[in-house]
Amino acid sequence: MKVAINLDKAQVAEMYRQMALIRLFEEQCARQYQQGKIRGFLHLYIGQEAVAVGAMSVTRKDDYVITSYRDHGHAIAKGIHPNAVMAELFGKVTGCSGGKGGSMHLFDIEKRFMGGHAIVAGQMPLACGLGLAIKRKKEDSAVLCFFGDGAVNEGYFHESLNLASLWKLPVIFFLENNMYGMGTLVSRARAAGKDIYLAADAYNIPAAQIDGMDVAAVREATAEALKRVRTGDGPVFIEAMTYRFRGHSMSDASYYRESSEVEREQVRDPIPAFKKLAVTEGLISEKELAQIDKEVEAAVTESIKFANESPNPPMEALFEHIIAS
Amino acid sequence: MAEIIMREAIARGLREALDKDERAFIMGEDVGAYQGAYAVTKGFFEKYGPERVRDTPIAEGVMVGAGVGAAMAGQRPIVEIMTINFLLLGIDQVVNHAAKLRYMSNGQLEVPLIIRTVTGGGAQLAATHSQSFEGWFASVPGIKVAIPSDPYDALGLFRSALDERDPVIFAEHALLYGFKGEVPDAPYKVPFGQAAVKREGKDITLVAYGRMVHVAQNAAKLFAEMGKQAEVIDVRTLRPLDLDTIVKSVKKTNRCIVVEEVWETGGFGSWIAQSVQEAAFDDLDGPVGHVGGLDVPAPYNGVLEAAAIPDAKRVLQKAKELFGM
Ligand SMILES: Cc1ncc(C[n+]2csc(CCOP(=O)(O)OP(=O)(O)O)c2C)c(N)n1
Repeated sequence: MKVAINLDKAQVAEMYRQMALIRLFEEQCARQYQQGKIRGFLHLYIGQEAVAVGAMSVTRKDDYVITSYRDHGHAIAKGIHPNAVMAELFGKVTGCSGGKGGSMHLFDIEKRFMGGHAIVAGQMPLACGLGLAIKRKKEDSAVLCFFGDGAVNEGYFHESLNLASLWKLPVIFFLENNMYGMGTLVSRARAAGKDIYLAADAYNIPAAQIDGMDVAAVREATAEALKRVRTGDGPVFIEAMTYRFRGHSMSDASYYRESSEVEREQVRDPIPAFKKLAVTEGLISEKELAQIDKEVEAAVTESIKFANESPNPPMEALFEHIIAS
Repeated sequence: MAEIIMREAIARGLREALDKDERAFIMGEDVGAYQGAYAVTKGFFEKYGPERVRDTPIAEGVMVGAGVGAAMAGQRPIVEIMTINFLLLGIDQVVNHAAKLRYMSNGQLEVPLIIRTVTGGGAQLAATHSQSFEGWFASVPGIKVAIPSDPYDALGLFRSALDERDPVIFAEHALLYGFKGEVPDAPYKVPFGQAAVKREGKDITLVAYGRMVHVAQNAAKLFAEMGKQAEVIDVRTLRPLDLDTIVKSVKKTNRCIVVEEVWETGGFGSWIAQSVQEAAFDDLDGPVGHVGGLDVPAPYNGVLEAAAIPDAKRVLQKAKELFGM
């Protein structure tokens, strides 16, 4: 984690705040799910915070973000208010999708958060289209397309990489390799085994593998990728090595991995690591971090209160927004 | 005779298949180490090993296609597609390949493939994860579609599916896995193309499949409180469709309502309704009714979702509208 030294205090504070916020938000989601406030499928981002936060720390407001169903972290890092995310998880009308999308389908088009998409790899062709639109409009914004290691085996993945490269689309393909697609270990699903980023080579896309537990490394790799993408040279592929500390979803019985493995991986936890480094390097004090923790706690508590007190969507909402008119 | 849940009935059918036929094998996402997304194949991986219970990459297209290919070469593949929503990524292999090969090869080929998949809504999984496409598949000549509503039918239909020499879509409703029912110890089968009269009555015929059979049963109870006797018919296989049993009932009751979970527009039930109309026009006291899901994508919010799925009240409402019952 040497690159962290390049950060100033405000940047450190902000990235820490984001990661801590997402972590606590997700922990609270688990609790709210157990209480039946959140229903359906719930996929937590715990362990992967450094990826969304690092990446989003160098993107612009006009950059598009699109991701899978494991989308709370990206949504919050892209600037959607935690209240609007929590309310969505509660199915309330004040949610960022009006209570109709739920955990897997968060949207905020104003913030250019183009969705959580619940069909594995389904967001990848859409990312190409967003990139195509940017290119046709001769803008210099970029698309950050997040997906998991399971998604790389869908046809969509290969079709998307090819098209983006062929047409030089401004897309960063951001693979979050958390080692499992549901219960299937990467090496049990991929003939080429690990190092998925090498697949990008087949499509002539420059690619790198980075430590997805190191928020500063993610930040730096994203900044680098954005440079290329903005100049119109075509897509970049980043494989961030990370880990999912919780089950695939709340209904995962975890037969496929030993709890000792999860415990072992805890040493890679991105948040304490960043905290320790930042303090040791004198970038921020324990006291300042504690203050941030307090603010984060207040924000999450507030989001639950907000979600609880918000009303359900009215019955008419059932028939709204199916077609334009 | 023993009472078992539907999950266990299907598991029993699968075990029988693997035990008695070396050519039979299961493949699908997380059917093995994860123990099945809906736990139907729990324990299979340990018992039968990874050759016969094959975890696949997340790649529905090739999964279905490989099933078709293996069946063409004389194997008995049982492909599990986690939910019918994801079968859309393999729909070309079903429709353009599996369903066509016998015909186009002039009978030289056959595709004895079973695709087991989970259908239906009601679990607040929102728009991409709550759909009922079994009727779409049933409109394609060359394939067969079974959809059990209780453990007895699940096992009986599955045994028949194993005898089939054509591709079978075996649709299991997500909310019925825990549904209990009597299953005999002695071997039996439920043939394809044979609807079941699940409740006898003389005043109105309610035709349904999948979970809607239970909604029809609930409606029948409400009718009974009004002094009316509803006959409930479970279609059990959409293709082949047993029109005779339905028509026979309608000739007795003179009234008919078809209930299904899929969107009302273009639902397979409309085809059933139209077929009944043609076959029993002179015996009908009014038009054949059709109750389907509201024409909206499934909303996440539970209150809205419940309003979108047919229930007994809507069946009664329809009877009142059409027949003044
Ligand atoms: C097309 C499709 N197939 C299957 C599923 C069911 N499913 C949901 S998430 C998932 C695993 C995806 O793993 P990965 O891409 O590694 O992402 P992660 O969950 O680790 O973030 C599966 C199989 C789905 N939603 N869509």
